[in-house]
Amino acid sequence: MDIFLQQIINGLVQGSIYALVALGYTMVYGIMGLINFAHGEVVMIGTLVTITVAGSLIKAGMPVAVAGLAGLMAAVLVCMALGWALERVAYRPLRNAPRLTPLITAIGMSIVLQNLAMMIWGRNYMTFPSLLPKVDFEFAGANFTMIQVIIVLVSAATMGGLLLLVYRTKLGMAMRATAQNPAVASLMGVNINRVIAAAFVIGSALGALAGVMVGTYYEIAHYQMGFMLGLKAFTAAVLGGIGNLAGAMLGGILLGIIEALGAGYIGDLTGGFLGSHYQDIFAFVVLIVVLMFKPSGLFGEKTGDRA
Amino acid sequence: MQAKLSVVALSVAAAFALSACGQKEEPKPVAAPAPAAKPEVVVKLGHVAPMTGPQAHLGKDNENGAVLAIEELNAKGMEIGGAKVKFQLLAEDDAADPKQGAIVAQKLVDAKVNGVIGHLNSGTTIPASKLYADAGIPQISGSATNPKYTQQGFATAFRVMANDVQQGKSLGEFAVKQGVKTVAIVDDRTAYGQGLADEFKKAAEASGIKVVANEYTTDKATDFKAILTKIKSTKAEMVFFGGMDAQGGPMAKQMKELGIKAKFLGGDGVCTPEFMKLGGPATEGQFCSLPGMPLEKLAKGPEFREKFSKKFGAEIQLYAPYVYDAVMVMADSMKRADSVEPAKFLPAVGQTKYDGVTAMVEFDALGDLKGGAISIYKYTGGKLEYVETLGGSTMEMAKAEVKEAVAEVKDAAKAVAGAATAVGKEAVSDVKDAAKAATEAGKDAVKAGAEAVKNAADATKAAVEKK
Repeated sequence: MDIFLQQIINGLVQGSIYALVALGYTMVYGIMGLINFAHGEVVMIGTLVTITVAGSLIKAGMPVAVAGLAGLMAAVLVCMALGWALERVAYRPLRNAPRLTPLITAIGMSIVLQNLAMMIWGRNYMTFPSLLPKVDFEFAGANFTMIQVIIVLVSAATMGGLLLLVYRTKLGMAMRATAQNPAVASLMGVNINRVIAAAFVIGSALGALAGVMVGTYYEIAHYQMGFMLGLKAFTAAVLGGIGNLAGAMLGGILLGIIEALGAGYIGDLTGGFLGSHYQDIFAFVVLIVVLMFKPSGLFGEKTGDRA
Repeated sequence: MQAKLSVVALSVAAAFALSACGQKEEPKPVAAPAPAAKPEVVVKLGHVAPMTGPQAHLGKDNENGAVLAIEELNAKGMEIGGAKVKFQLLAEDDAADPKQGAIVAQKLVDAKVNGVIGHLNSGTTIPASKLYADAGIPQISGSATNPKYTQQGFATAFRVMANDVQQGKSLGEFAVKQGVKTVAIVDDRTAYGQGLADEFKKAAEASGIKVVANEYTTDKATDFKAILTKIKSTKAEMVFFGGMDAQGGPMAKQMKELGIKAKFLGGDGVCTPEFMKLGGPATEGQFCSLPGMPLEKLAKGPEFREKFSKKFGAEIQLYAPYVYDAVMVMADSMKRADSVEPAKFLPAVGQTKYDGVTAMVEFDALGDLKGGAISIYKYTGGKLEYVETLGGSTMEMAKAEVKEAVAEVKDAAKAVAGAATAVGKEAVSDVKDAAKAATEAGKDAVKAGAEAVKNAADATKAAVEKK
């Protein structure tokens, strides 16, 4: 039983990380129907910037907490600028192009950013400085750390904040209006360009936050770390219903838990026929089944056809 | 609705396609063109290793080894078949992906390379070796350890490193020596990781260790908590990992976070400085193995390390000395055959007897290194500390022992000299006592030295008799 609880904790933490990244995907998709494949790379750059800034500040003798906060701020700022630039340079010129074009551009941007990061930070794995004190907890035979608790709390708080932003502020209203019908929204005086840029900037700031969380958790970073993470987060967003904030959160956590349980029990369930390396298959089978019965995802919004 | 969904579907498809093909980097030939003074023949050597992806750091390390060898060869200026030869490195990236490995192998075959160094991973080396064999191009890998590579019956496949049958066996023996009764095995499902884990499992089970869990991960994963949690429930005393450092380091760390007390043991893939960097304190006191002898114990080892770090400003990660030797063996074979034609110098590769940095390179009938040794290391204070060497050529071991013995004798001589000086200084008082003590100390030292020499000589003799 303690194993089951431990697996749930493993999945919850992993899922919260997916959720935090998935929020960035879902926000951009909700507003302009574009899947920003470069989002995983934004997360990666957030992590690497933190390593550079926090690492050098710690070396210069600053207290770890200050250096960590400075690293986080730097990562958020760099990623916000990056998100804005991505939108301005890569996606805005293609706003009225066929839908495949920005999608391919997004994949292209993802590769460009990866290689750029490889040129800047090199091919080697980097260790992330320990920013949080290591406190271990034990509960009913399951072990977890303070970092894990913080990750779950931060992603829940972030989602709450985002929901407030979208449903309680003027910018949020403008976002929802743009999502429903950009042409009409702009006729009503909504500055579409600014709203979409805001979505990218906010999404990228979340990506930076996710990057710092991932870095603090695994304490390792690499220029390719964003790729698989982005893929999984994208899956989580689709599972929860892409375009829906609560859906992204739920989809992420669900995916994390399915993966953990899959890895933990698939071998026993199939009598050793399938090993724990089939955990991804487990997760994708669940995704396919959900999409078969509910094509817009668990929480998918029934939006009208915009095209 | 329809449009939105089709975008999602397309994206899913695109995502899968992306994950399937990985990232590619345009290859860049490394060699610089030089003005041709007299007629010279350009010898193209292909080198393949992952230059992108999670193992890019090891790939770069391999390539550096090859670059160093080629620069030295060109600086020396070799003449083969009456013409001056200039070696040129065609470096390719296979991203550690078997499919990509076959594609770049075909590219090298089409470029009519004279020989191939690599690939780094067993998983890419095995499928590529067929293409080289069909084209009759000699291939020497400095790091592919899966036994299958040389067992396919290709006359062109060679390696300058002990294979995983030897390594798995030595690691199994070592686990027994550690007094371990139950072990959990994790591998990354690559040809290397799986192969090593299988060989370890065979050796461990043969000597009575119980394998209580078989878990799997990938060579791109960073989170191992789910499988480690399962391993925790089996209460295994040791976790064996068949895979690379980028996974092994975080795995060791996560073991600690989950409160798993089991020992960690791995093969050459995790025997790197990177592993300790990534695993942090969790790696302290754990063990790993490397084919071959430690550089410090080899005659040309320290010199190579110095050359390498001077040129690249980086520490040797793992296989660079082996790749260096692979290039040298290739060049040496060409020289002996007096031809750079693959068909002509291929037989010479098989008859290699080359005193390299890592070993006395000689190949058996399959193309495996003869008498490859396996050394066990312990992670101590951020450094790999040599523990012992298992198996391997007795000749090599004897040579190393002789080297040590000579050093011991030298030390002893120094001690005698030191003692004598001390005697001189304190000669005023207690002359007799001091002299006596000094003589005694000197005697002991000389005795120890002589004994070491004798041991080494015995070992050498035994080795020679065996042969």
